[in-house]
Amino acid sequence: MPNALGLERTDYKGATSTLCPGCGHDSISNQIISAAYDSDLPMWRVIKLSGIGCSSKTPAYFLKGSHGFNSVHGRMPSVATGATIANHDLIAIAVSGDGDTGSIGFGQFKHLIRRNVHMVYIVENNGVYGLTKGQFSATADEGQFLKYYGKNDLPPIDLCLEAIIGGATFVARSFSGDAKQVQTLLKAALRHRGTAVLDIISPCVTFNNSPDSTKSYPYGKENEIPLHEIELMAAGYVAAKQEITIPEYPAELVIEVEMHDGTFVRLKKLGEGHDPRNRAEAITLLERASRENLLLTGLIYYEEPRPTIGDTLSLTATPLARLEDSQIRPSREALDALMKQYM
Amino acid sequence: MAIDMQPDAQMRWQRYQPGVNDFALMVATKNGSGSQTSNVVLIRSLFKMGIPVSGKNLFPSNIKGLPTWYTIRASKDGYTARRATTEVAVAFNQDTITEDIANIPHGGVLIANKDLKYRVNRPDITVYEVPVKDIMSRGEFPKDFADRIANMVYVGVCCHLFGIPLDIAYEALLDQFNRKEKPARMNFSAIQLSYDWAKEYLEKRDSFRFEPMNKTQGKILIEGNDAAALGALFGGVTFVAWYPITPSTSLVDNILNHLNLRKDGDGKNTVAIVQAEDELAAVGMIIGAGWAGARSMTATSGPGVSLMAEFTGLAYFAEIPTVIWDVTRMGPSTGLPTRTSQGDLLFLYTLSHGDTRHIVLLPSNAEECFEFGWKALDIAEQMQTPVFVMSDLDIGMNVWLSNPFQYPDTPINHGKTLNKEQLEAFLQEKGEWFRYRDYDADGVGYRTVPGTEHPGAAYFTRGTGHNDMAIYSERREDWLQNMQRLRNKFDTARHVVPGPVMRMSSESGEAEAIGIISFGSNDPAVHEAIEHMAAEGITADYMRIRALPFSQQVWDFIEAHDRVYVIENNFDGQLCQILRMESPLSRSNLVSLTLGDTLPMTALWIHQQIVQHEEVP
Repeated sequence: MPNALGLERTDYKGATSTLCPGCGHDSISNQIISAAYDSDLPMWRVIKLSGIGCSSKTPAYFLKGSHGFNSVHGRMPSVATGATIANHDLIAIAVSGDGDTGSIGFGQFKHLIRRNVHMVYIVENNGVYGLTKGQFSATADEGQFLKYYGKNDLPPIDLCLEAIIGGATFVARSFSGDAKQVQTLLKAALRHRGTAVLDIISPCVTFNNSPDSTKSYPYGKENEIPLHEIELMAAGYVAAKQEITIPEYPAELVIEVEMHDGTFVRLKKLGEGHDPRNRAEAITLLERASRENLLLTGLIYYEEPRPTIGDTLSLTATPLARLEDSQIRPSREALDALMKQYM
Repeated sequence: MAIDMQPDAQMRWQRYQPGVNDFALMVATKNGSGSQTSNVVLIRSLFKMGIPVSGKNLFPSNIKGLPTWYTIRASKDGYTARRATTEVAVAFNQDTITEDIANIPHGGVLIANKDLKYRVNRPDITVYEVPVKDIMSRGEFPKDFADRIANMVYVGVCCHLFGIPLDIAYEALLDQFNRKEKPARMNFSAIQLSYDWAKEYLEKRDSFRFEPMNKTQGKILIEGNDAAALGALFGGVTFVAWYPITPSTSLVDNILNHLNLRKDGDGKNTVAIVQAEDELAAVGMIIGAGWAGARSMTATSGPGVSLMAEFTGLAYFAEIPTVIWDVTRMGPSTGLPTRTSQGDLLFLYTLSHGDTRHIVLLPSNAEECFEFGWKALDIAEQMQTPVFVMSDLDIGMNVWLSNPFQYPDTPINHGKTLNKEQLEAFLQEKGEWFRYRDYDADGVGYRTVPGTEHPGAAYFTRGTGHNDMAIYSERREDWLQNMQRLRNKFDTARHVVPGPVMRMSSESGEAEAIGIISFGSNDPAVHEAIEHMAAEGITADYMRIRALPFSQQVWDFIEAHDRVYVIENNFDGQLCQILRMESPLSRSNLVSLTLGDTLPMTALWIHQQIVQHEEVP
């Protein structure tokens, strides 16, 4: 069935994946395709960005109608910063990995968030270097064993925690085996203004998929604890506010967040619940998850958008890349007047 | 030693002897003491007297306290290179006064701050002692400013001794303070006091003096980095990312200073300026912006370029336009951050791993910093590749006498960038569009930018191997075809970059036996040396290289001369190495003359080097 732009879901596909069969990354690519199709995303406005690694190959595998840029290892954030400032009409979707983001590009990741570059930043996190055949990444479990590299003695970096501390206003964790949640979080992230970080546990079926690894399919399927059920409500949806009418969910367990485009993310809390609008609570939650080895998924942290780097630069309304020549070359008279000042 | 005299800098030749409006003055102070204002007032005063003048700041990598020397050269003949000797020394720094006195050439002048501790045993020089504290005590100055204003004392003394009219000094002060009368008056009162004191107590006993001329009419005084900033702004730069590093920082500072040139009707900016977290990010940002259709640039120096190496290779291979200014300083490593050098040439030319070759523009002066400032942005888009502009500390941070800048004589050039309509027309005509296909046999493909509202506009940009359809490929045929096309593109660039500038000795243009090749900030010294050598009967032709890659003219020039001296201000003779590496000529007649001693080149050094080589049988 065509979407509002008259496009079928297959139109949003890309080239055939060359990743290992069963790779978690491919299911994320699939959800990006679905989210873009469902959201009526105009592909010509989308840019797909990545660094280097298995995850960074995936932008070739979705949204063939969008410009893509497979850049250098860990330094995609700076490319995204330049591209989105050059043209603020662009919708940026970036894919990175745990090596790309957690190690070589850690500094750029933090500064991207600090600048609040308007984009969706997906980390396909599998705790291992795939393309170089199985070294531990900085998000690997402490004490974990891998075939060639033995025991990992170092504690993992929690990318969601780093994102929150760095000032991100939309931080989510998900599991590539939880297709529905991944897709809904992607749709919500696409509607957020500023950097939306999605740390998606995405198992590497070749190098890190034994059940004792928290980045494996068996572990995720067995242990994922969704914090809430997530729904995206269309624009025009009247937020329930206090007058909640869904009988099976008591009012205090439903949280609604209005996104930048007027849609709402509705979170029906599960279990003991978590309010993503509370920064301290989000940090405490992540620290507990790390301590107790819990795979907590969902929208971990959300706050009202703050100015993006583009907003702070006091730029002209037309995207810089589309300015007419007459708007970017000062006049002959301006040069003559200047020269007199130097005489 | 304060000012490092270049070898054998005695007055061997008459033409290098000082005279009226033809000598250099050196001011030795402590860094951060505020003496820069006084020095600029002296320079501006000479400029206003119509005397060709140039200033060179030999400053330390330090904010406050370390010694700094500022040399001001007046040259009736219009020479703006560094003078090998500084005849007048203003010694106002306790830490260096002893060596400053020792370095004054025979027949020179010492103006010493009498409040300092020093001994002069130089019967061969003229000594003036100035009691700075005493003079300052005769006026009333706000306590916070008194130390800085004390630097005006040597300005007043110089006005008296060398004949700078006070009204001109006041005008120079007004310029310096953006026509604000209050600070100008306050500083001028110190100049007046010391002038009056000097008139009463100092008997003129030397022969150095300035006389009004009319050789600066219609000229401007400007720093190269300021000129480069203006060039970029008039070139339509829309995105700047940078990380501060000496000596390039003032380039971006000046873009910010002139931002009023680039406001829209609502006062909003038509250029984005982002201070990055490091040079890795700065270059990533300009590449992202260039890819997305902005005219982007950064300014950096050697250590920053080192960090940009990987990304530069990506932009070269993925064919993304952007401009990187390298305002060079002494390397290797941190080197000497506040000293000039031409040591990055070879590095820039081949920056990044694999078979890379880059366009490098080589401005020689402020006028070319402006011209290449806008041209580099055009060439980058035209050739779809990163373009380096290699300036240096001497050009960038020193003040230069220059012709006013010419307004760009060609419209902004976006090269083969297809918008929605152009893409449609292209598809109608050719029936296809592939990003890296060489439709015009010049090695340059047609590109689209993200955000082009056309279903066929998208392609995938990558640093990995790709075919001409921009699709990942590991096929050797695709790899070789791509590399061959990039080579063809580089050959196209030979005709696009600014060609060499020639100075032939004979009016008919017939070649002399001696040829000189040089580039960048050496230019004024080369011209001066050529004129002095000509007076001694040594005639030489001169070709100034203004860009890499070379064009055929370069080989023609080398072939036409018996001996070609390649003169450069680095240690390894990097331009000469590139010439030797690429020369299609069978004979080797290149002689590498290299300096690389941290200071701007002098005519005397060039003259001596060539004479020495010519005299060897």
